[in-house]
Amino acid sequence: MLEIKRLSVAVEGKTILHDVNLSIRDGETHVLFGPNGSGKTTLLMTIMGSPKYQITGGNIIFMGEDITRLPLDEKARLGLGISLQRPPVVRGVRMRDMVAACAKGQMDEKTIDSMVEQANLTELMDREINYGFSGGEMKRSELLQLMAQRPALVLLDEPESGVDLENIALIGKLINELLEKDCPLSYRKCMGLVITHTGHILDYVNARTGYVMSNGVIGCEGDPHEILKTVKEKGYEECVACLVRRASNA
Amino acid sequence: MREVKPTGQIPEDKARAAASRLASFGEDIDIERYAHSTEELPYQNDPSRLSYEARQQMLQAGVVLDNSSQRSGTIIQMDHSIVHSLSQQEGIEVMGTNLALEKYDWLSDYLWKAVAVDADKYTAHVGLNQSNGYFIRALPGSKTVYPVQACLYLEKSNLAQNVHNIIIAEEGSELHIITGCTTAPREEAGLHLGVSEFYIKRGARVSFTMIHSWTPEIAVRPRTGIIVEEDGVYLSNYVIMKPVHSIQTNPIARCVGDNAVVRFNSILVASPGSSMDLGSRVILDGKGSRTEVISRAITTGGDILARGYIEGNAPDVKGHLECRGLILKGEGMIHAIPELKGTLAGIDLSHEAAVGKIAEEEVEYLMMRGLTRDEATATIVRGFLNVDIEGLPPELNLEMHRAIETSEKGIV
Repeated sequence: MLEIKRLSVAVEGKTILHDVNLSIRDGETHVLFGPNGSGKTTLLMTIMGSPKYQITGGNIIFMGEDITRLPLDEKARLGLGISLQRPPVVRGVRMRDMVAACAKGQMDEKTIDSMVEQANLTELMDREINYGFSGGEMKRSELLQLMAQRPALVLLDEPESGVDLENIALIGKLINELLEKDCPLSYRKCMGLVITHTGHILDYVNARTGYVMSNGVIGCEGDPHEILKTVKEKGYEECVACLVRRASNA
Repeated sequence: MREVKPTGQIPEDKARAAASRLASFGEDIDIERYAHSTEELPYQNDPSRLSYEARQQMLQAGVVLDNSSQRSGTIIQMDHSIVHSLSQQEGIEVMGTNLALEKYDWLSDYLWKAVAVDADKYTAHVGLNQSNGYFIRALPGSKTVYPVQACLYLEKSNLAQNVHNIIIAEEGSELHIITGCTTAPREEAGLHLGVSEFYIKRGARVSFTMIHSWTPEIAVRPRTGIIVEEDGVYLSNYVIMKPVHSIQTNPIARCVGDNAVVRFNSILVASPGSSMDLGSRVILDGKGSRTEVISRAITTGGDILARGYIEGNAPDVKGHLECRGLILKGEGMIHAIPELKGTLAGIDLSHEAAVGKIAEEEVEYLMMRGLTRDEATATIVRGFLNVDIEGLPPELNLEMHRAIETSEKGIV
């Protein structure tokens, strides 16, 4: 289980997130909606432990352990994994080496090869990571690395952005594999938190709960499809206006 | 094996006139402070009987003596003496330069054609005081199965080694050479002056992988010239990762024939106290000739000047220069100087240069996958040094990467 309690975060002295609360039980996938600049990426990067994001208040509890102040790599080794929206190019480091580093010798070559094939990345394995990759290739590469890493909590930052229609079904399939969607919920352990701006990914990946984030605050919580319907009909402006109304009524 | 004196014609007047001519680049080395004569060392039929210490040093420079079954030939010069020389393949000649000059009258025509004897005081010194060097030649159409290995070894303290190497790839031949230049593991000074002249004839192909493995008091001034004829290919891979007092070299390759190809890859690592001024120059005079000049420089406290120069003087030539530098720690300096000169419409020359530190974003990206900070940094450094070498036989590629891996421990 992941529990986020009254989390506040600043970047370069400016507060971005205010008192964020959120909890995900084992096997559940939650979706975070919100306009650009609302703080969605900040929340994911803070959970992951990127040092740029300073936690000014609150706690992050992962599987019963307080991981609020743990460094990035320790969190990764504890079972947190992230797919970045815009991963950096690392010149000279090949996909093959990166996937092997993610697997840490815990996976045989055959298993890795079949995952590579599944992600349709066979031809990219000798390329430098993210160098000259298309949007779809970049996302599939991120997901392949996570499949090799096998995290217990999967954080996905806009997995469908920059991906063409042909690729989005494959991306959805890989995410479902990663989140053990084939397992009945009672057996499923892997948790997911997915940022989506457009909501397209919901056509392929089922999620239990949705949130709308605006100005660093989580406003709505509810059925993700209902939220998406409202956003599609009225836009994020209405969500923001609704949050403001609720805040002034409170 | 008896000592053979050079018989080729050396333009002595020119050499004498240049005896005190300062080099264009690099700290001036006082040649006179070094010893010039030393005793003749015994010839060894079996090089695996050389001292353990020497063999270990040579191994660090990519020269394998315990089992040379994966070599087409071997030549070892210690101080001024050729202590072993053997060709293990028909059509490939391997011997000391002095012996080759005695054997072939025509060889004197190849002396000082790719390198000018009066270029500076170091070339002049080699011209006047040559102490052997190696001669490697592939006969027309011959192709090496395995690389030929050559080693230039400084055994005696404070000695100046003045070698003159000549490499000839006759028409349609293919020659792969791995050269290790190294020294006994001592703290004393030494000077290595090496003139190397390469002649790559029509349709021939040469790969030359040179690993320098010096000690902190050694000064090194190699002077190299390469002439590549029509459809010829020259690939150079140069690796220097161990400390050195001062090294300066700026080899020049001339593509004189149409469609000739030259590629220089250099991997440079400077630790504190090391001063490196290393460049590569390519002159594209043949129509459709092309080149790639790539260097990767890392400093952990030493100074590196990474030069690159490409000149295009013929139609349809193409050249690209890439200098990338990483300052890892300490107060090291990397100065990248990429230069391009075009004298004709329709040529295509480009360059990119970057000097900086490892991007924190990249380190964090790898840490997000569970690598520690040190593991992430080492992975990025290894990747940075992993220059792709087209056309290198797999054994040689493996050899080079092994040398890099051995040396890179300790960088991060």
